[in-house]
Amino acid sequence: MTATSRLRTHRAVLLALAGLLVVLIVASLAVGSMPISLAEMRTIFLDALHVSGLPPVADSQRAILLTIRFPRVVLAVLVGAALGISGATMQGVFRNPLVDPGLLGVSSGAALFAVLAIVLGQKIVGGLPPSLAPYIVSLAAFVGGQVAMMMVMLVARTRGRTTVAALLLAGIAINEIASAPTGILTYVADDVQLRTITFWSRGSLGGATWESTLAALPFIAIPLIALPFLARSLNVLVLGEAEASHLGISPEKTKRLALFFVALAAGTSVAVSGIIGFIGLVVPHVIRFVAGPDHRVVLPGSALLGASLLLAADLGARTILPHRELPVGLLTICIGAPVFLSLLVRERNKLV
Amino acid sequence: MTFLSLRLSARFVASIGLVALTTTLFACKENASGTSATEVHDASPLVQRPRIVSVGSGVTESIYALGAGEDVVGVDTSSLFPEVATKLPQVGYQRAISAEGVLALKPTLVLASNEAGPDTVLAQIRSAGARVEVVKAEPTLEGAHERLAAIGALLGRDAKPAIEKLDSELAAAAAVIAKTATRPRVLVIYSRGPGTLHVFGAKTGADTMIKLAGGENAISLFEGSKPLTSESVVGAAPDVIVIPSRGLDSLGGVDGLLKVPGVAQTKAGKEKRIVPFDDLLLLAMGPRTGKAALELAEKLHPEVAPAAKTKE
Repeated sequence: MTATSRLRTHRAVLLALAGLLVVLIVASLAVGSMPISLAEMRTIFLDALHVSGLPPVADSQRAILLTIRFPRVVLAVLVGAALGISGATMQGVFRNPLVDPGLLGVSSGAALFAVLAIVLGQKIVGGLPPSLAPYIVSLAAFVGGQVAMMMVMLVARTRGRTTVAALLLAGIAINEIASAPTGILTYVADDVQLRTITFWSRGSLGGATWESTLAALPFIAIPLIALPFLARSLNVLVLGEAEASHLGISPEKTKRLALFFVALAAGTSVAVSGIIGFIGLVVPHVIRFVAGPDHRVVLPGSALLGASLLLAADLGARTILPHRELPVGLLTICIGAPVFLSLLVRERNKLV
Repeated sequence: MTFLSLRLSARFVASIGLVALTTTLFACKENASGTSATEVHDASPLVQRPRIVSVGSGVTESIYALGAGEDVVGVDTSSLFPEVATKLPQVGYQRAISAEGVLALKPTLVLASNEAGPDTVLAQIRSAGARVEVVKAEPTLEGAHERLAAIGALLGRDAKPAIEKLDSELAAAAAVIAKTATRPRVLVIYSRGPGTLHVFGAKTGADTMIKLAGGENAISLFEGSKPLTSESVVGAAPDVIVIPSRGLDSLGGVDGLLKVPGVAQTKAGKEKRIVPFDDLLLLAMGPRTGKAALELAEKLHPEVAPAAKTKE
């Protein structure tokens, strides 16, 4: 394949993924417990932009679309994109197709702090302003994810260098250390808290409000913008750290920057939506199967496909049972696993 | 190469920027309309027939006990009584209700227990303009009384008949246990499968129910429900084992329960004094607590319960 034809494939793949995402966004806005037609949706949006002379729409539909469904769709796009691009970056940095952000301790650290907040929440909330009370689990999860990840990085660094092997082992150790107290806390928890913990650990976008979505926006948007700039460095890093240095790329700097942005994006995702597995691990593989291993397509492609997968999963989570919610983490697996498996069977000879 | 990757990223940046911009635009609009909608709803009294979504089994039972059952348009999955309520649209488990699912039922009032959530979903429902009232209730008798009174006030219904009915049934239960001095030690086992035995300690609905029925909780060392070892089951020395009916089924009936290590070694196990009891009545306080206490009292004190014998 020549450079130009490869580029053409990249562009076609990314355009197709963007198209898929747009279709899913519109579908997600239209479908739900309360049906909203495309015409009504158009009217509600135009009205929100102060266009006059529009046909009337029921207030309940307006409220559902603008205050519930729309922020939820935006959050699904943000979280899905964050998980996809984080996974792709991690696999690039570690040069290992089996890692995902969870390896850095994000999920287990976030889980420990979230469970702490769920079980001991009432005692902690006392010192906080009441407006923050509904978000205490999210805030705790964010802090927990960052703390765990910082510990992994600190443990793995020796004499200013971070080796991939040390990172992997430090990640496993910190994961284990975080999961023990989580287990103890689930023992102390009462029935209602246990159910809450179970639901949290299966992930949900059900709590999306404009406040939480906008709070998460910068923490996810900045990594989404910044990480594709590291694509070329990650491409060179695949050759090996010594080779990368010869080619003028600092492996240490690349790793540190990449992991910093992953910490931000993945940590924020876990905080706002609980643990949603599978996307970070599998989406980058799908892109690589389809478009090759170049990070310039894998990174943005994983963001787009991650967003689409989570949107589709969330659409299922809130519509399969009428008026009820399924944990979205179950749906990402139900949708993602068969797709992944069929790709794997078809393309396994491409796997190294 | 670098040039191309930059162009790619630039497109990416632009699309993200667009998302951010539209998001902010709609957020501003939502805040403006959201507040006004809430104000209107909070100020208006319930003139028309209310449409109630009830979240929490105690809340649902109380609404029906107050005679407002026909105004209920949706319940959570924990609302298993009365049976008509289970035929209504369900909005999910009480800790994981769906905002859109609730709103699609066009409720004028969402009545929720203090266990209902997540809080963010309740906030969403409020911001969409629906009235949400959280009815706090401790797992105590006072809690059951207060809940009836609070819901009565919210719905504009007289709570007195329901409260008087509850009190007279409680008095009947007290009359039964006044006839005897025995206070059997009762172990309440909550189990879903033979793996672990969860038992109910102090400050639980089951603990209150045992006391109302003239028993003594065999577990007084801890609060809440916790798994218990087989040795501690023997150590608790129960005279009677009370078990939620559905839990007993999952163990394979009385015979299955007796096979659980420790159980057969207790007095209750040896004498096969095992009382299956309706889960909802046993574990939570509500308008039917008086009736349930009477029923359980007769089962715990067969020596002084002529009413039970004549019934059978």
